[in-house]
Amino acid sequence: MGADSTLRSRFERGLDAPICLTWELTYACNMSCSHCLSASGRRDPRELTTQEARDFIDEVAAMQVFYINVGGGEPMIRRDFYELIGYAVDQGVGVKFSTNGTRLDAGAARHLAAMDYLDVQVSLDGADAATNDRLRGAGSYAAARRAMEHLADADFGEFKISVVVTSENVSQLDDFAAIAAHYGAQLRLTRLRPSGRGVDSWADLHPTREQNRTLYHWLVAHPRVLTGDSFFHLSPLGAPLDGLNLCGAGRVVCLVDPVGDVYACPFVIHERFRAGTIRDRGFAALWRDSELFASLREPGSAGACSACGSYDACRGGCLAAKFFTGLELDDPDPECVFGLGEQALASHAVSIRPRPAPDHSRVRAVVRPHHERLG
Amino acid sequence: MTCSSKRCPSTVSAASTKSVADVPRPFARSGHWSLSDAVSLREESFGALAYHHGTRRLVFVKSPVLVDVLRRLDDYDTVDDALGALVEPGERDRFANALASLARSEILSGR
Repeated sequence: MGADSTLRSRFERGLDAPICLTWELTYACNMSCSHCLSASGRRDPRELTTQEARDFIDEVAAMQVFYINVGGGEPMIRRDFYELIGYAVDQGVGVKFSTNGTRLDAGAARHLAAMDYLDVQVSLDGADAATNDRLRGAGSYAAARRAMEHLADADFGEFKISVVVTSENVSQLDDFAAIAAHYGAQLRLTRLRPSGRGVDSWADLHPTREQNRTLYHWLVAHPRVLTGDSFFHLSPLGAPLDGLNLCGAGRVVCLVDPVGDVYACPFVIHERFRAGTIRDRGFAALWRDSELFASLREPGSAGACSACGSYDACRGGCLAAKFFTGLELDDPDPECVFGLGEQALASHAVSIRPRPAPDHSRVRAVVRPHHERLG
Repeated sequence: MTCSSKRCPSTVSAASTKSVADVPRPFARSGHWSLSDAVSLREESFGALAYHHGTRRLVFVKSPVLVDVLRRLDDYDTVDDALGALVEPGERDRFANALASLARSEILSGR
């Protein structure tokens, strides 16, 4: 059963504490996926110290945030990774962390399997190496499958396989389900956003309207598959999908980045949606008092969607998807199931698409022509 | 009065086999039930959010009176005793049904 409308409007006005929050532990990553939502690669030298991270966990525990989604970059790269997730669990804060699997060897799997209140999500964006590695880089499919083998060997239990649905892998949903079943794992599908490096790859990679329709019906037929509540823009296609069916940005979720900056959600790492830093007054004060969050909790106008009978089903869709495609925030979602987002994109005479900032992508080595070295 | 969401995100994932001790007992008003040790109950203006760390299930408790019952259930020998002390007579069956659904989703544990 989804949340009813009274409860939903209560959530839209914001809760005293997030239900959960995403915490990107580091921008450092040994991969450079073309759709990375945090444009990760290089470590930010201003990263939170271990002590700052522990203080933050204390605050989150005091607010009774139920769990944190730990990501990155590749979170396992941080030297204090086990210390921090162990500390969170000890404080009663559940941990779900996402990994590319490259650091998840047999020893790591045994360590993780011994912990309670911990979920592991191994990212996989293709059901075969060719599809996956086009997005995630050479060898990434094999690395993810190895990590899954280690988790299964360590009797971790039901870990998650996390797939970002793209135009290239949407035809492989049954194959992903089979891989999950093979390991006794749970499949988790989430929406591709034009965030981070996705700004440049989204146009090619996002599912078409027809593919989104197929995806919707597949999700309805597979209610055990997790979705991170990310496909609510498809709910007008029929019965609402399970979940809150609303944009939780700054209302019931938010993002804390590796340097302690707080953003409205994991998909809007951009100055426009930065509420402040936990280094000033801590997290709780920001969550309660930030002007940005206050504005996100005001009753929104349906804008261009007000004439649409399905506004109640999708609430206009995803803030991040609109922002990074250059749409207004009260425009339809760019993947509106009725095609109204595509029309809106086409109708704007000028479309200014924000760039991700900060951007921690690794800069490719530039070979300087010989003559530049002279003089 | 309660409503649980099982694959939302931001809210929840469905039951995981990990950390879930055993199969829940059938609910009976004549038995002793209390909030599971694995559950965090967080009060909200509409009632409370209850999160089960084992099943990863989030439940919305949409009645402040029910929240009070949940917190104090452990003080009574039976569910009927708790309802008799804490809930208006005309509301007791409705609350018992809500508690039964919470027992099914392992938010309550019985002994």
